Amino acid sequence: MKQKGWKDLPPGSVVLEGGSAVNFKTGSWRAYRPIWNKENCIQCLLCWIYCPDMAIKVKDGKRGEFDYDYCKGCGICALECPGKKGKNAIEMIEEGK
Amino acid sequence: MATGLTLKELSKKEDRFTHGHRMCSGCGAPTVVKMVLLATDYPVIASNATGCLEVSSCISEYTAWKIPWIHTAFENAAATISGVETMYRSLKKQGKIDKDIKFIAFGGDGGTYDIGFQSLSGAMERGHDMLYVCYDNGAYMNTGIQRSSATPLGADTTTCPAGDVIPGKLRSRKNLTKIMGAHNIPYAAQASPSHWMDLMKKVKKAHEFIGPKFMNILAPCNRGWRSQTNDSITLSKLAVNSCYWPLYEIEDGVTKITYTPKDKVPVADFMKPQGRFKHLFAPANEWLLKKVQEEVDKEWEKLKKQAECGC
Ligand SMILES: Cc1ncc(C[n+]2csc(CCOP(=O)(O)OP(=O)(O)O)c2C)c(N)n1
Ligand code: SF4
Ligand code: SF4
Ligand code: SF4
Ligand SMILES: [Mg+2]
Repeated sequence: MKQKGWKDLPPGSVVLEGGSAVNFKTGSWRAYRPIWNKENCIQCLLCWIYCPDMAIKVKDGKRGEFDYDYCKGCGICALECPGKKGKNAIEMIEEGK
Repeated sequence: MATGLTLKELSKKEDRFTHGHRMCSGCGAPTVVKMVLLATDYPVIASNATGCLEVSSCISEYTAWKIPWIHTAFENAAATISGVETMYRSLKKQGKIDKDIKFIAFGGDGGTYDIGFQSLSGAMERGHDMLYVCYDNGAYMNTGIQRSSATPLGADTTTCPAGDVIPGKLRSRKNLTKIMGAHNIPYAAQASPSHWMDLMKKVKKAHEFIGPKFMNILAPCNRGWRSQTNDSITLSKLAVNSCYWPLYEIEDGVTKITYTPKDKVPVADFMKPQGRFKHLFAPANEWLLKKVQEEVDKEWEKLKKQAECGC
């Protein structure tokens, strides 16, 4: 990432582009990776509402894949996921294994 | 559902607090902000007191906010947004703006219970049309876990360290939600991210009152609570179910409990997974753990009485 000097920044460090944090990927922070087991998913979307990093993609009201560019691997989704008949739909595995 | 509060419907809305923010993994605060903004069906302008949320959501040119957002100093989030709201009313009167805009101030517990308290109290008394949201993680987390007046009794922090001299914090929490209710504002409420529907209903309700509103929302911090990155929702659920953090609202002076736990669990269930309370489970500190439970019970009984008599 190219760092800017003070001369390149707008006066007062006003940020003119809302939501520009999307240009900063936090996925590299992850020590554990959540894995979605689709067959156990009941589409309750609890993982989506509880994720602090908006790292679960939902389209037309349906859960899709994890957004590994931003997921920090906290494991909240896995802990809160009810799954199907007690079978968890999210599992955490060690990153890089 | 009439309220539009199903996760399916909510998920179709735009996130106005985006990924790429730099709060710690598993932090409770971003989830709180996301829920507050998802429940706000209006254009919104926010101010934010210095604290973890503020410093980690807008670093240099990277902002997670997709709304006009002002970083204020530690002590004046309420004063800042009340100024913006006043300007808005003036522009509206002059016919220069016709949009319905909502104004929200976000502050941590340090920035709200302590240093920002007088600016908050002043803004509420002046009657600005705004919502103040305190995300309460129970200490000055951003500067390294110093005690605040929201820090619970018995908690270990860097300025009330548990050891041979003291067993953590010896004072009880300030009851800010009730203090804000006592400002005779139209709406004050307490919420928890674990109970997302309750939280969002309260935000929606708050926006429909004209005048000052206040919400106190629990926001677990795994760094300061010395817990795990995955337990912010589990712990906030336990906080509610133990009545450590009751869910209620004060509408025009009338208290209403919005959720009564079916089985009230011991407050120790909430405390045990947190390293900041580890010392309270040593035999020598049994008395303090007992005192914590007694205080929680007393406050809960008081709240129930208030709700019963409609005062
Ligand atoms: C007047 C002033 N004093 C001290 C600070 C240093 N400071 C920055 S953030 C912070 C703690 C904020 O605590 P809180 O409001 O509870 O938010 P948290 O970081 O816990 O989310 C402090 C002490 C400051 N910015 N301004
Ligand atoms: S592990 Fe944490 S950051 Fe990643 S998707 Fe699950 S809740 Fe979100
Ligand atoms: S919480 Fe679990 S069951 Fe629910 S949508 Fe997410 S993955 Fe599916
Ligand atoms: S220190 Fe606590 S409140 Fe601050 S970002 Fe980390 S988890 Fe969140
Ligand atoms: Mg704090």
